[in-house]
Amino acid sequence: MAVVATKQELEAEKIRLEFPILHQQVNGKPLIYFDNAATNQKPQRVIEALKRHYQTDNANIHRGIHSLAERSTAAFEGTRKAVQKFINANEAEEIIFTKGTTESINLVAAAYGRKFLREGDEVLISAMEHHSNIVPWQMICEERKAILKVMPIDQKGDIILEEVDHLLSEKTKIIAFNHASNSLGTINPVKTLVQKAKLFGTKVLVDGAQATAHLPVDVQDLGVDFYAFSAHKMYAPTGLGVLYGKRDLLEKMPPYQGGGEMIKNVTFSKTTYNDIPYKFEAGTPDIANVIALQAAIEFIDELGKENIAAHEDTLLKYATEKLEEIESVRIIGKAKEKLSLVSFEVAGIHHFDLGIWMDAKGIAVRTGHHCTQPLMDFYGIEGTARASFSVYNTMAEIDAFAEALKDTVNKFK
Amino acid sequence: MVQAVNEVQDEVIEEFSMLDGDMEMTIGYIMELGDQLPEMAEEFKTENNIVKGCQSKVWLNASFSEGQIKFEADSNTAITKGLVSILVKILSNRIPQEIVDAELYFIDKIGLNRFIGTQRSNGLGAMIKQMKIYGLAFSTQIQDKFQ
Repeated sequence: MAVVATKQELEAEKIRLEFPILHQQVNGKPLIYFDNAATNQKPQRVIEALKRHYQTDNANIHRGIHSLAERSTAAFEGTRKAVQKFINANEAEEIIFTKGTTESINLVAAAYGRKFLREGDEVLISAMEHHSNIVPWQMICEERKAILKVMPIDQKGDIILEEVDHLLSEKTKIIAFNHASNSLGTINPVKTLVQKAKLFGTKVLVDGAQATAHLPVDVQDLGVDFYAFSAHKMYAPTGLGVLYGKRDLLEKMPPYQGGGEMIKNVTFSKTTYNDIPYKFEAGTPDIANVIALQAAIEFIDELGKENIAAHEDTLLKYATEKLEEIESVRIIGKAKEKLSLVSFEVAGIHHFDLGIWMDAKGIAVRTGHHCTQPLMDFYGIEGTARASFSVYNTMAEIDAFAEALKDTVNKFK
Repeated sequence: MVQAVNEVQDEVIEEFSMLDGDMEMTIGYIMELGDQLPEMAEEFKTENNIVKGCQSKVWLNASFSEGQIKFEADSNTAITKGLVSILVKILSNRIPQEIVDAELYFIDKIGLNRFIGTQRSNGLGAMIKQMKIYGLAFSTQIQDKFQ
């Protein structure tokens, strides 16, 4: 089904038709799904792509000589090209399929870090990173006796750029930060940070998990060395991620895991490794989900990221207004540029209680520390409730959410 | 005369059954039960008294006098406090053996899992386990005394 991007509200209603999961009741109320930053829902065409693969094409890819293997391989490699185009990588070989953003970052930390980090070198991350962009760096820094440093943020949730200038030096081998924060919604100034990093020859890894479904991503224009993201946050299945890396860097890096697919030749005395991207794709990959990812990319492209962003911005503004009307609500994260998500706490109500009440009213929000404990410490809080919006969400849903929240607040008075 | 564990459980089940499985009413009622929980002395809210395995913070203190265990508890979240309150109502002020032997069927009967989710049920399980550990510890203490 083709979806034509026209007027926002009309569009959302039409888009919803492509998402079977949205048409259900939860606890006797129509489902309002505001947990899109955790994972978003899958359009029918993605579900169909999975089904079609298993019903007609399923075979292991590469090396197979029969027709099914040929079809599966073509579809699999077709997605690699689609991803290349989606993020404007220079070539398809720079696209590596992984388990998710977490594995993509671990791959770089382990393979690049192990080879290029020396004692006393520094890795720079930001104060608003997800644990998956903190812990892999801590691990490799410990192993290589390197030092992990942190770019501070201000109360609004923006990186303090002047401080970055003090932190960067020739010692900084890698800088890693998110394109957009999962807890605060902050959209980080990637290009500015890349420019600063390049002055010292620092390699840049961007965690794009929250960005790919919402923001235009052009890795060449951004100038990043590595870009990591997850399929399931962009309308595709779970368990699949992508690592983009510049060819010259990927070629210099040792393999991350050993096994089938990643080798050129194996003897008991010596193994030679395959070329990129296969060098980093040991074992049978997540074939069906990779193939379905192409359908998700088509979905995003058809809508157009500009239209998606316009709709989501409208939702964000409206939701922010509605929340600000409620006296006891405090919004956490008021960055200059934000993704379509709003983190908040309510005075006198623990976020777990809030989450349960919202669920009772059919509303899915996320509560807790969002895998960003150091960030929660910065704000002196244990966690927040987070409502995150997607292209299929509507203003009417935000109205219902605000009413439900007011009603919950009253229950605690 | 002190009611038996199962008599109190049956009363709890009866009270919940009047809510007809309505999600919001049930959660509201659990919170009300939390409000009825006697206040826990601040001195008992120690790191040692935190029940491990709960998503929200739960403090549980057990004191033993005249052959009975008295439980005091609190939580930083209203719904969990309500759940703790049910357990205290059923298991507090009992001899250790009663606590050790208690079969808590009210959770399944009420269908609490449906209302509080699996993750909180795990927390509820952790609380029960901790109460039983106290029961066991104090019953051993009694045995030691008479040996």
